[in-house]
Amino acid sequence: MITYEPIIGLEIHAELMSKSKMFCGCKVVDSVTAPPNTAVCPVCLGMPGMLPVINRQAVEFSIKVAIALNCDVQHHNIFARKNYFYPDLAKAYQVTQYEQPIGLNGWVDIELGTGETKRIRIRRVHMEEDTGKLTHENGRSLVDYNRAGVPLLEIVSEPDIHSGEEARAYGIKIRRILRYLGVNSGDMEKGVLRVEPNISLRPMGSTTFGTRTELKNLNSFRALADGSAYEIMRQETILRAGGAVVQETRGWHDSKRITFSQRVKEEAEDYRYFDEPDLPPLFVDEEWITAVAQTLPELPDAKLARYQIEYDLSPYDAAVLADEIRVATWFETAVTVNSAITPKTIANWVINALFRLMNNAKLTIDEISITPEQLVELLGLIADQTINQNSGRKVLDEMFETGKTAVSIIESKGLTQISDEDALAAIVAQLLADNADSVAAYCGGNKKVRGFLIGQVMRATKGKANPRLVNDLLTKALA
Amino acid sequence: MDFSTTTLTDLRDGMRAGSVSSVQATQAMLDQIAAVDGDIKSYITVSGEIALQQAAVADQRRADGDDTPLLGVPIAVKDIIAVDGVQMTAGSKILEGFVPPYDAFVVQKLKEAGAVIIGKTNTDEFAMGSSTENSAYFTTRNPHDLSRVPGGSSGGSAAAVAGGMAFGSLGSDTGGSVRQPASFCGVVGLRPTYGRVSRWGVTAFASSLDQVGTFGRTVADTTAVFQTIAGYDRRDSTSLNRPVPNYEAALTGNIKGLRVGVPAEYFVEGMDEEVETAVRTAIAHLEKLGAERVEISLPHTRYALPVYYLIAPAEASANLARYDGIRYGPRRKGENMIDAVKKTRALFGDEVKRRIMLGTYALSAGYYDAYYGRALKARTLIKNDFLTAFEQVDVIATPTAPTTAFKIGAKTDDPLGMYLADVFTLSLNLSASCGLSVPCGTDSDGLPIGLQLIGNTLQEATILNAAYAYEQSLL
Repeated sequence: MITYEPIIGLEIHAELMSKSKMFCGCKVVDSVTAPPNTAVCPVCLGMPGMLPVINRQAVEFSIKVAIALNCDVQHHNIFARKNYFYPDLAKAYQVTQYEQPIGLNGWVDIELGTGETKRIRIRRVHMEEDTGKLTHENGRSLVDYNRAGVPLLEIVSEPDIHSGEEARAYGIKIRRILRYLGVNSGDMEKGVLRVEPNISLRPMGSTTFGTRTELKNLNSFRALADGSAYEIMRQETILRAGGAVVQETRGWHDSKRITFSQRVKEEAEDYRYFDEPDLPPLFVDEEWITAVAQTLPELPDAKLARYQIEYDLSPYDAAVLADEIRVATWFETAVTVNSAITPKTIANWVINALFRLMNNAKLTIDEISITPEQLVELLGLIADQTINQNSGRKVLDEMFETGKTAVSIIESKGLTQISDEDALAAIVAQLLADNADSVAAYCGGNKKVRGFLIGQVMRATKGKANPRLVNDLLTKALA
Repeated sequence: MDFSTTTLTDLRDGMRAGSVSSVQATQAMLDQIAAVDGDIKSYITVSGEIALQQAAVADQRRADGDDTPLLGVPIAVKDIIAVDGVQMTAGSKILEGFVPPYDAFVVQKLKEAGAVIIGKTNTDEFAMGSSTENSAYFTTRNPHDLSRVPGGSSGGSAAAVAGGMAFGSLGSDTGGSVRQPASFCGVVGLRPTYGRVSRWGVTAFASSLDQVGTFGRTVADTTAVFQTIAGYDRRDSTSLNRPVPNYEAALTGNIKGLRVGVPAEYFVEGMDEEVETAVRTAIAHLEKLGAERVEISLPHTRYALPVYYLIAPAEASANLARYDGIRYGPRRKGENMIDAVKKTRALFGDEVKRRIMLGTYALSAGYYDAYYGRALKARTLIKNDFLTAFEQVDVIATPTAPTTAFKIGAKTDDPLGMYLADVFTLSLNLSASCGLSVPCGTDSDGLPIGLQLIGNTLQEATILNAAYAYEQSLL
């Protein structure tokens, strides 16, 4: 039986979070929440005689991405007009880079489920402008041009991806890099990041490509993985039955978990590209590229490696903390506060305690009131035995809830650990006297009773007893 | 003061001397429009009330000691150039009633210079034409002979100046649309170097060729208006960030040693003999004034017309695709969204449709290389012709148009014949040169003939001074 090899190439469109639009001074606004047509001007509405001016910040963002994706950043940049008619395209052409884009020949490494990495080549990264949004309701069509002219970066991969899960891993990696660079929020539901796979199958070993379909409206990476997997399965079924795949655009139905035909491409569309006469070539010199390169943050791969080597974190912990740049930054700030508290201790508390609180409260790291300094202060109080671990967790809960510092919570609740040996010895003696049976059982060889006895001490001290001291005292008393 | 023959510079002197006011001059223009524009039809929109207000403000400013370069001078603006709050039709039904919420850069400059904007002048639809007969509203008539065209596409602006209805005006020149009507109407018309004047707010026909130019009854008048609109504008990425010389001061009238190139390719078989004679006489006159005549060649001239008619329509096909009635302009009802857009686009006139079709074809897959791609290469050759020529000469002298003003209707059924009206002017637009047309006599019917003077990149001062020397010597 023939084995088929799925071939997937990804086009990712990322809106850039520059202050203003690609070619005019309009603000870039949240196109989901902003009232329609409130961030528009004669330029992005395509009024007669209006001209584009290239947004320097958007170009810098694009250079950043090109560098981060290991592209050759191109010096000679040309914008072209891509001509097609649609009511959401104000000028009836999109200004885009066609023959000479900002980045060529890049790559990223993706992490596979097996723990291995795989290199995905990136064909090109180019700058363009977004379109407006058209909605149809009650027999009429409405168009909102707030998004028209928002800087858009298109990242095109080579067809190096062979499964839905690889596509997902690639998408996640690109999004992580974009977020690290601060150029895109990665919010797929709002459409600021749009991922479109081209999928085809070919007999294993074949060097030609099969007919491909293009998948649209994927609003999550789960949808990307599942949609691609579905499409692979669908095409395989057709091919095994001796049928032919139709070249078309298909949509992903998120609740039915299937793809459906949207538009059949009978012939290649003719966009009649030609160089945009309103914009002379944009020259990006080596000096500019170098200057932009210097503003790049440490990228995810480098951070992941450093966390393991420098901070001695497990690959899992390192990956969890390096996933989001804001979390990573928060964590790294905490690491610098007190050298007595190891990064590993901080990582444990962040991942096991803080993340749980954040998840329950549905808050991001930017939204919580605890600062890295405050967490480390708490950890210092545990380290110097002012409080024990258990109390520490309770204190953290309260810090998270109230925004108070560890010291004030410990004081007001009287959680200071009892490390007074005489006081504890008295409590232990009293307990042993009250639980003569248990003591007898212990002496008779039932070592489990020791745990019960420690529990009784902690209960009597409301959890404040220094556990090590209790342990020592019990050992002494039961000897 | 007879305002219909007074020059802009005389008016300016008069206002400075206090012998005449802007309100008087403006009212005189409005009176002249009322008297003759019913026949000539140079204006699509006359904004008389606004103009009189601006004139009153100008007079007040002058009384307060202000003296900006065009303070109180009534100027007309081609209806393809945006004036904030005034209808801009571009000569098309598809923009009927459209009121731009912005001033074009050149209009902003005119206003800063204190000019009074009288109104918007007629043009071939989207500047596509050589006679104003393609205007969706009406045909402008030549003030020298009402049975003839004023030339185009800036025919309204040329006729307004020739007819004493403005002291100067703005046009746009994509293939000769300032120089050719200047020639037909017996006025001076300047087409500056591409990038010398900002295109911001100028309705695009062919973006890589369009440039705003100025009309005046004299070289000095034309220069005075040009002086105010020249300069860098960061909103037009193709505008040149180069210092603006004092063009008015450059009008010395001294052209001793000026090397004047005469290209063989511009004196061709079949051109109007009277035009040829007048232009050759004018060149001889320049020699008498101290210029040196140099025979030159612009070998790729014959490709200019086909190259132009591939590049200009190609760019136009993209520039005009936005007029769908969705965001502004009239909207026709349809069965659905696409049908409504189709019906709205039916408002385009035939010549505009013809050029959109030509341009779309030239850019289409499979044809791009043979047409648009080749045209770009040929454009480089034409551009190089000029650069080579300007190594030997300072200006190039040619006829502006092969004929004088033709009869209304004579070429409306002959698009190619109409295109040939621009055969001497459009090479310049394909190059990085500047050019002007200055009157050099009349034919036996008394119709004006124009001498075209072409200058190298940003050498407007050189051609303006040569034209000035010629003009002054005729007085």
